[in-house]
Amino acid sequence: MKMKISKGSPWRQPLALVGISILAFWIILAIFAPLIAPFDPLAQDSDALMNPNHLHWLGTDSVGRDIFSRIIYGARISLPLAILLVFLSIIVGSIIGGLAGYFGGWIDSTLMRFADIVLAFPGIILAMAVSAALGPQLRNAVLAVVLVAWPTYARLVRSLILSSKDSDYVTASRLLGSSTRRTLLVDLRPNISGSVLVLGALEAGNGLLLLSGLSFLGLGAQPPSAEWGAMVSAGANNFEKWWIGIFPGIAILTAVLAFNFIGDTLRDALDPRTAKALRN
Amino acid sequence: MNELLKISNLSVEYHRNGRKLRAVAGVDLTLAPGEILGLVGESGCGKSSLGKAIVGIEKPAEGEIRFNGNLVKPLDRRGRPTELRNLQMIFQDPYGSINPRRKIGDQIADGLIVAGKPKNEALKISAELLEKVGLGASALDRYAHQFSGGQRQRIAIARALAASPTAIVADEPISALDTSSQAQVSNLLVSLVQEFGMGVIFISHDLSVVRKISDRIAVMYLGKIVEIGTTEQIWNQPSHPYTRALISAIPKADGNSNMPLDLPGDVPNPAFPPAGCRFHPRCPLVQVGCESSVPEIRTLKDGRGVACVLQTSNEIVVPLETIKGR
Repeated sequence: MKMKISKGSPWRQPLALVGISILAFWIILAIFAPLIAPFDPLAQDSDALMNPNHLHWLGTDSVGRDIFSRIIYGARISLPLAILLVFLSIIVGSIIGGLAGYFGGWIDSTLMRFADIVLAFPGIILAMAVSAALGPQLRNAVLAVVLVAWPTYARLVRSLILSSKDSDYVTASRLLGSSTRRTLLVDLRPNISGSVLVLGALEAGNGLLLLSGLSFLGLGAQPPSAEWGAMVSAGANNFEKWWIGIFPGIAILTAVLAFNFIGDTLRDALDPRTAKALRN
Repeated sequence: MNELLKISNLSVEYHRNGRKLRAVAGVDLTLAPGEILGLVGESGCGKSSLGKAIVGIEKPAEGEIRFNGNLVKPLDRRGRPTELRNLQMIFQDPYGSINPRRKIGDQIADGLIVAGKPKNEALKISAELLEKVGLGASALDRYAHQFSGGQRQRIAIARALAASPTAIVADEPISALDTSSQAQVSNLLVSLVQEFGMGVIFISHDLSVVRKISDRIAVMYLGKIVEIGTTEQIWNQPSHPYTRALISAIPKADGNSNMPLDLPGDVPNPAFPPAGCRFHPRCPLVQVGCESSVPEIRTLKDGRGVACVLQTSNEIVVPLETIKGR
C-alpha cells in the first residue's frame, strides 16, 4: 500500500503525530535497550523496594531490580507480541470470515457458530481457561489471546464481504471472467483491508492489555521475565510501594494509546475519500 | 437474420416470503450485430430482470439465452467461460458499478488480465480505451470518487470494452445521469456501435432517447413484450394500446397544450398479474375475452410483432384517434 505523506495527509494530524511519536519512542527503546538501560533488567540488588531516586530513576522492585531498565527491556517483549497477536488474529479471522461471507449457507452457519461460541465468553475468562489448560507459558498465552481475538475480525470481514459481494462492481468483474479467487483477493480485498488494518491497530492495544492481563494473573510471561503485565502484577502485591506497578502500567497505557491513535489515522489514510477531504 | 443473441421463452422468477413473482414471463427476442435494440417499459415491468438474465446474472426459471449459439449459463463460482466474455453489461448506477477502492486503470485492465494479457500491456490498452470514451489516460491512476456520474458511466463502458464485447446489455445506463451526460453517454454508445459493430440492448424508460439511438424498439409490460418493431413503426404508428399510451405520455413542446394521455389505474403487482391479457384492466380498448385469453405475439405484414387481440387481420385496425379522442 503506497501512501504519500504530503501536506494535509492524515499522518500530519496531531493525534497521528502523538501516536507515531509514542510508538517510535518505544521502538527505539526496545531496539537500543542494552545501550539505554542503566542496569541489567534481571540483576537483583540489595537496594530492594527503593523509591525513585537519582540512581534508580523509577525505583526498584521487591528483589532490587531496576524498574526503569525492566520497562525498557519489557518493550522488547510486549510490542512484538502485540503485533504478532494482531497478525495471527487477522489471518485466522479473515480466512474464516471471508469464506463464511462469500459462500454463505452451511459454511457460513458452521463457521460463525464457532465465532459466536467464543464471543459468548468474556475474553479474559476464555483466555485464562485456555492458557491455564495449555500451561502457563508466554507462547500459550499468545495462542489463547488469538483464540479469543479472531471472531472480531471474522465478523468484520464477513459483514464487509456480505455488503459488497453482490455489488455491481463485483458482478462486472465476474462478467469479465474473474474467478472466485480473483474476486475475493483483487476486487473485495481492497475494500476490506483498510477496515481490517484499522481494527488490527485498535485491537493491538486490546491484545496487549489481554496478554498483560494474563501475565498479571500469572498465566502469561513468567518471572523473572520483564513483561509489563507481570510487572504490574508484582506491584499489586506491594501496593504501598506505588512505583512498582504504576510505571509499567503507564508503559502499557501509552503503548495502547499509541496503537489506538495510529488505528484512527490508518482508517483515514486508507479511505481515499477521507484522505482527500483532509487534504482540501 | 444473423443472430448474435437469441432469447427464447425466457422467464425470470423471484421467490419472496414463499410467494412467486414472475418478473419476466416468457420473452422471445433476437439481437443482430451492429443493432441497437431499445427495451422500454414502466418501472417494475421486468426490463432490468430481463437484461440481467440475458448476461447471466439472474438464473432463468424457464427458457434459454444463446449468445453466438452458446448457451448463456448463469454466473457461478467457476469463472465465466471464455466464449461468454464478449457478452457484457453496463449497469444503471455508475456509483455502484465501479470499485471505490481500486484504481480505474486496474479495473479496466481486469478484463484483459483475466484474458491472459501481461499487466503492463493491459494497462496500455486500458489507457487507449479511456481515450476512446473521452477520458484522458490520466484517469488510469485515479479513483472513482474523483469522477462525475457521466464520467463514471464512460469508465464503465471502457471496462466493458476491455472484453472486446460483441454484445452489450446496457441497463438504464443514462437514467442516473444529468441531461448533458445522458446525451454524451448515449452518443458514445452509438459511435461505439458504429465503430465496433457490436449489438446493444439498450434498456430505458426514456422513450425519446431510445427513439434517437435505437434501430428497433421492444415495449415491455408486466414481464411480457407487447410490441416490437422498428423505431419508425413504433414511434410513428404504434399499434398496441399500451405503446400508444406510452408514446402519447411523452410531453411535447408543440404549443398545443395537450395533456398526455392518462392510463387509468396503476401497474398491477407483478406477483398477481391479471388473467388473460396483462394490460386489459387499464386498456382503453378492452374487448370481451381480453380478461381470459392471453394474446400471443403476432407478426403484422409490416414486420412488427404485436400481442393484442385487436391485431388479427395483419392490419393496424384501430386508428390512433380512437384513443386520442377519448
